[in-house]
Amino acid sequence: MALASQTIKRNMDAWQDINAEPYIQVEGITKSYDDVTPVKDISFSVYKGEFFSLLGSSGCGKTTLLRILAGFEKPTSGKILIDGVDITNLPAYKRPVNMMFQSYALFPHMTVYQNIAFGLKQERQSKNIIAERVREMLNLVQLSGYEDRKPEQLSGGQKQRVALARTLAKRPKLILLDEPLTALDKRLREETQFELVNIQEKVGITFILVTHDQEEAMTMSTRMAIMDGGKIRQVGVPHDVYEFPNSRYVAQFIGSINLFDGIVVEQEADHVLIETHEIDCRCQATHAGALPLGSNVTLAIRPEKIMISLAKPDYQYNWTRGVIQEIAYLGDVSIYYIKLDSGKMVMATLPNLLRLADRTFQWEDTVYLFWRSENSSVLTS
Amino acid sequence: MKLKSLAFIITGGKRKFIEMTRPHDSKFWMGIIPTVWIIFFFMFPLFIVFKISFSESIFAIPPFTEIFNFTKEHILEIKLNFKNYISIFRDSYYLSAFTNSLYLSIVTTILCFFVGFPMAYGIHRVSDRLKTVLLLLVSLSFWTSFLVRIYSWMSLLSVNGAINSILLKLGLISAPIQFIGTYYAVCLGMIFCYLPFMIFPVYAVLEKVDKSYIEVAYDLGCRPTKTFWTVTIPLSSSGIITGSVLVFSASIGEFVIPELLGGADAVTFGRVLWIEFFSNLDWTMACSLSIGMMLFIILPIFIFQKRTRS
Ligand SMILES: Nc1ncnc2c1ncn2[C@@H]1O[C@H](COP(=O)(O)OP(=O)(O)O)[C@@H](O)[C@H]1O
Ligand SMILES: [Mg+2]
Repeated sequence: MALASQTIKRNMDAWQDINAEPYIQVEGITKSYDDVTPVKDISFSVYKGEFFSLLGSSGCGKTTLLRILAGFEKPTSGKILIDGVDITNLPAYKRPVNMMFQSYALFPHMTVYQNIAFGLKQERQSKNIIAERVREMLNLVQLSGYEDRKPEQLSGGQKQRVALARTLAKRPKLILLDEPLTALDKRLREETQFELVNIQEKVGITFILVTHDQEEAMTMSTRMAIMDGGKIRQVGVPHDVYEFPNSRYVAQFIGSINLFDGIVVEQEADHVLIETHEIDCRCQATHAGALPLGSNVTLAIRPEKIMISLAKPDYQYNWTRGVIQEIAYLGDVSIYYIKLDSGKMVMATLPNLLRLADRTFQWEDTVYLFWRSENSSVLTS
Repeated sequence: MKLKSLAFIITGGKRKFIEMTRPHDSKFWMGIIPTVWIIFFFMFPLFIVFKISFSESIFAIPPFTEIFNFTKEHILEIKLNFKNYISIFRDSYYLSAFTNSLYLSIVTTILCFFVGFPMAYGIHRVSDRLKTVLLLLVSLSFWTSFLVRIYSWMSLLSVNGAINSILLKLGLISAPIQFIGTYYAVCLGMIFCYLPFMIFPVYAVLEKVDKSYIEVAYDLGCRPTKTFWTVTIPLSSSGIITGSVLVFSASIGEFVIPELLGGADAVTFGRVLWIEFFSNLDWTMACSLSIGMMLFIILPIFIFQKRTRS
């Protein structure tokens, strides 16, 4: 019996298990400086082994929040618990938390070896254990043989990996990463994303990553929090945040989306009907909470969920007509900008599959747009 | 040296540089100013000093012989006088002046570090407004006459001075102490005068040390005191070295402070030089002493550098 329940637990991610105990609890953290409050009453939980991302545009308070978690700033109010222990008042050097800085901040007067060994030395580990651990870390980040280099002799990507190794070396309970990939070029950044996730899975340490790059957050995280103006707007697995944003802000922040203002005209158990003057017919949406009739809502549809055809589709709801204004060819997909009869511009993306039977869409084509009820969401804020 | 690098062409109404200014071009031009300066204001006078140091002292104006003599028979006679150099090595009076100076300079440098570093660190850590005030106060000591400052120390340290009367009032001593004429008074005066040379370079470097290095150290479990020794001090070493070199070089020739605050036994190189030059009017000996002192300082540095390079 015990074995069975363990198997179930392992198959289920902790953050989807209602009974799971959170490992890191951030409770009502607020940080005020003289005239600004970059972090406003933020609460969230992170589970053991998670790769949690804080995503938000520049200046929304991400770094400040991370510095509070690391212990470099004292929160004005609120509490932080790790593994059930309140660490709010612990100084940085006593926290089981290690942070990787945006600038990497490798000690310039120390070799790669000394940099990685620095944290272990503070724990008064024996020389052999330190040497063993440093070797292991260098293997992990694929920099064996670089022990005696000075940071100035390393490339940007190598510095980043040394900084990561130094952060991992103490095997802390929590690792904080402040935009760790921003300094790398695009190609290296994408490679490193996967590497970072692999390393995190290998060591099994809980990570909190801060980034302004939504792709980075989407590809790497188990769950992500969308931050805006010092507050968290939504927390969820990347799929849910993308497919079911809870507000216009989140919908527009993550990816592209078409938004239509309308009112609820019919309310059923499994769907609502929305009337908007921007679309020729009524729209049916399945993802909506209980909404009173007549309430003002926003209908949100992702560009890739919209289908295009030259013939009028056999749909009662969820279709409209327009003229192709603009086509952006991106190689794998094309983006079509379509002007509806109401004057509204709509964005639709289609993969560039060449089908012999179909003729491709051209500028000035009058086309019909349609989508499935479950592919649109209804936003109230 | 390619002047072409400064030319630009005009294409489509737009001016474009043909090529970027090459680094070695600018290096050449930048090198001219210090080179000319050093040749005219340092090497040339030094050569004169060098020349005089090999002359003979005579009672005339100027009080030394010419070492080059172009005779009527078209012979260039060079008369080099090594007497001065030999007496520097033979006479313990000169040797002890050298070692006294060296010792005093080293002690001053070390003490300036131990007083100056905490001061620089303190200034670095306070709020921006207080920082400006403190830096201004440190510079203030530069703006008052050096002699006035030493004389004020003399009055403070004198037997009837403020320090003795305070100590007497507090009952810490029963009779006034004779400070002036001791080695301690000389050291005190030296530190007081040369401290800014240590404070400014160290402060400048501390300001430049990225705060995130210190935060990383804390983050990795290093306590503040240990972080200070393992991160802050090594990262500010360039400022400490600059400050030490400045204090050492400036204080090695010092003669006023030992003269005014020190006793008769505080025979330093600077004092001997002064006596030779102005009292004995022996310019040749004074010049020999200068050259000797220079070699005395430069040679060890030179050998040390050769060693570390190989
Ligand atoms: N020490 C500070 N004093 C005053 N304001 C600060 C301080 N640190 C950060 N801020 C302010 O907090 C806001 C958020 O900064 P930050 O957390 O660095 O944002 P992000 O990392 O999301 O770009 C900024 O507007 C910044 O000016
Ligand atoms: Mg930031």
